[in-house]
Amino acid sequence: MTWLIGVIYVVFAAAALITLWRIIRGPSILDRAVASDVLLTEVMCVLGADMAINHHTRTLPVLLVIAAVGVFGSIAIARFVARKDNADR
Amino acid sequence: MNGLDVAALVLILIGALLCLTAAIGVVRFKDVPTRLHAATKPQVLGLILICLAIALSLRSWPVVAFLVPVVLIQLATAPLSAHMVGRQAYRNRTIDEKSLYVDERAQARERERRRDEG
Repeated sequence: MTWLIGVIYVVFAAAALITLWRIIRGPSILDRAVASDVLLTEVMCVLGADMAINHHTRTLPVLLVIAAVGVFGSIAIARFVARKDNADR
Repeated sequence: MNGLDVAALVLILIGALLCLTAAIGVVRFKDVPTRLHAATKPQVLGLILICLAIALSLRSWPVVAFLVPVVLIQLATAPLSAHMVGRQAYRNRTIDEKSLYVDERAQARERERRRDEG
């Protein structure tokens, strides 16, 4: 089953790298907010996968805290982003 | 390595593939609402699959009692942020307006304007 774990690692790494590309490129700040939300979800999934694969529970509280406060980032960005953000488009 | 561990690994793999799908969608789609559409899939389904995998792998009730609030909080907060980002994208005109079939917000504004005049 080691090859399955390897495939999982590769898929997670590829997803994170592709999302990072959108955070770097993203034409508007809202695109970056969406992409960083995806990256945060991937962090949660990787922490959970690590717990399931290695049979430990150390990062369980981290999972709960990220689920609880992760939403505030994109809400704050969406609430206070300037309207003239894309005025030059 | 028994059957439950293999099932947990398969669930993790499906969750990872959902994350990859969201990442590809975020890069390939062309404006904020379509990217949002791709981005919100692993936030709910992917995380539920990963939490199922943790429960199958660790097989203890205290862990399940920890995972249930994680999933419930994520179910409650994912639509919140998606709604706020989508609304701000509409107001900012960050959306591709030619791709809209119906713009109900603009129609409602038009109706209000006519009612105020008439």
